[in-house]
Amino acid sequence: MSSSVKAPAPAPAAASGRSTPPLSARLLGRPEVGALLAAVAIYIFFFIVAPPFRDFTSFTTVLYASSQVGIVAVAVGLLMIGGEFDLSAGVAFITAALTASIISYQLSVNMWLGTAIALVFALAIGFLNGYLVQKTGIPSFLITLGTFFILQGANLAVTKAISGSVATQNVSDIDGFNSLKAIFAAEIPIGDAKLRITVVWWLVFVAIATWVLVRTKIGNWIFAVGGNAASARAVGVPVNKVKIGLFMLVGFLAWFYGQHRLYAFNTIQAGEGVGQEFIYIIAAVVGGTLMTGGYGSAIGTAIGAFIFGMVSQGIVYAGWDPNWFRTFLGVMLLLAVGVNLYVKKLSTTRRSS
Amino acid sequence: MKLSRSRKGLRVAAATVAAVALAVSGCSSSGGAQETSSSQQAGGSGGAVNQGPKAYTIAVITHETPGDTFWDKIKAGVNSAASNHGITIKYSNDPTAAGQATLIQNAVDSKVDAIATTLVTPDALAPAVKAATDAGIPVVGFNSGIDQYKDLGALMYFGSDEALAGQAAGERATEAGAKKVLCIIQAEGSVALETRCAGVAQGAPGTENLQVNGADLSSVTSTITAKLQQDPTIDYVITLGAPIALAAIQAKDGAGSSAKVGTFDLNADAAQAIKDGNLEFSIDQQPYLQGYEAVDSLWLYLTNRNDLGGGKAVLTGPSFVDKTNIEAISSYADAGTR
Repeated sequence: MSSSVKAPAPAPAAASGRSTPPLSARLLGRPEVGALLAAVAIYIFFFIVAPPFRDFTSFTTVLYASSQVGIVAVAVGLLMIGGEFDLSAGVAFITAALTASIISYQLSVNMWLGTAIALVFALAIGFLNGYLVQKTGIPSFLITLGTFFILQGANLAVTKAISGSVATQNVSDIDGFNSLKAIFAAEIPIGDAKLRITVVWWLVFVAIATWVLVRTKIGNWIFAVGGNAASARAVGVPVNKVKIGLFMLVGFLAWFYGQHRLYAFNTIQAGEGVGQEFIYIIAAVVGGTLMTGGYGSAIGTAIGAFIFGMVSQGIVYAGWDPNWFRTFLGVMLLLAVGVNLYVKKLSTTRRSS
Repeated sequence: MKLSRSRKGLRVAAATVAAVALAVSGCSSSGGAQETSSSQQAGGSGGAVNQGPKAYTIAVITHETPGDTFWDKIKAGVNSAASNHGITIKYSNDPTAAGQATLIQNAVDSKVDAIATTLVTPDALAPAVKAATDAGIPVVGFNSGIDQYKDLGALMYFGSDEALAGQAAGERATEAGAKKVLCIIQAEGSVALETRCAGVAQGAPGTENLQVNGADLSSVTSTITAKLQQDPTIDYVITLGAPIALAAIQAKDGAGSSAKVGTFDLNADAAQAIKDGNLEFSIDQQPYLQGYEAVDSLWLYLTNRNDLGGGKAVLTGPSFVDKTNIEAISSYADAGTR
């Protein structure tokens, strides 16, 4: 009797004792934990080797550089969780910026109209990418590679044909510029430092994406279509809609970042953006997103972008020979992915033992 | 035998001492190598660092795409001005406008004493340059941005006028009897290069532009070859960078074209090509001078509040290099300063 009374008492303790390893394992099993550890290590590293890195003003610049990658990477990360790639995201944001700029300048219309048309166009590109992938069955890697080249050429050729130059005219005196600049490119003074509003937007997008992924039905669908599209379809997930939606999300955030480029820098060079698509993919992968789909997180992608921002700026603050820049970057990214993998392995072995 | 063994013993002893010394210096925070390099520095700069009132740090920020010989000469000029005055240089580069603006912000964050930057996309860099001048950091422009440097708040400018230089190249081709000129643009969407070719078109009305991928010289060669085969009436090719000129010469030979080749900028191989008669001319904007003057003028401003150019841009080009003066210049091209 007494034993039976006593028995429940240790049981919770034992249960909590038993549940502690699963908890830590669950924590370690989160996609972004490895990236977080790598981010902390890289932060400490640059804190030691690069004195200017320690200032808050520098930190806001690092955050700004991170947000420049991070905004589009949120969408690219979600798309990768959904099992697809988008190689056109880098030039697409330039396309969106060029569209807004050229339409407003050539037609002498309010910037709001140009920016709205650019949004429609960017969403259409995303829709087309998704539609073609779903209709043809050709891997998204190839479809979006095609879009990438189409946009790259069109950016240059259309800009040159319409404006006579490969950069757009300065649009900063067109109606609506200042109000849009306040949305896309404002600077928030914090003491001596200036925080770019893109950092705030970036965090907002990450929060929304995390909420959608973790708390909503759509989030479940995204994981399902990335994990196994056929069985997702079998249980009634609208696979086509989810995937096309994800491509359109990439279009939306590419548009958003493109507008930042336009309103922060007044003019857009048509040849830019090439190569950024890989940076977005790298941010997602460093953040723990699987390249095969079905696994990852928006927070992880954000940490991946933050690592990229820290490394790219830290190298400059440290004053290292810029010819080695890409090499440093590559080593840091490999290390980050390595830490990530190690932590993931650690968590899975603990779980099984 | 015995001798050799004792020598061997000596060698072992020496090696042990060396190893111990290495290990000790490896442990210490100020190792031998560090001491050597710092004493070399002090000796090399003639004690200017210690004598001067302050060792300045100047950030040099360019739109360099890594791997072009042109920028090595800019850096050579920057470094020799820096070593003359004991200045610490923080050099960084990014070919994109947003990236370069962030680098300028980096320099402001790092609280450097002065900034020298290329103003290749003046509209895009304006906010960053303003942040620098607002922070009380003097800025000079060089290489590009001749029309806008003043509006941006830069104190001085060192470089050549791209449109003027292009026009000079076009006129030169026309004088040589060119009817159809091909102007090669090696970086997609570069405003400065487009301006040059527009200048060429002014000097030589029958000018057509050709876009090539400057990051891949073999594809540059095949693209130019294809163009020369497609249009045999092209009788002059003007390239905008020395490595591209050499690719154009190869392409011309490959296509069996008799077109002449002229170029912007110089390097050792291009100098040799001018000597050999394969390259008609090079328009030298003297990048060494641009880098040198940018840093040197900032030093003069910081220490003595001088300004150079009397409120006007200081032109470093166009300066023609051809068969008539290549002998006097080629040794400097070999040394990487012209």
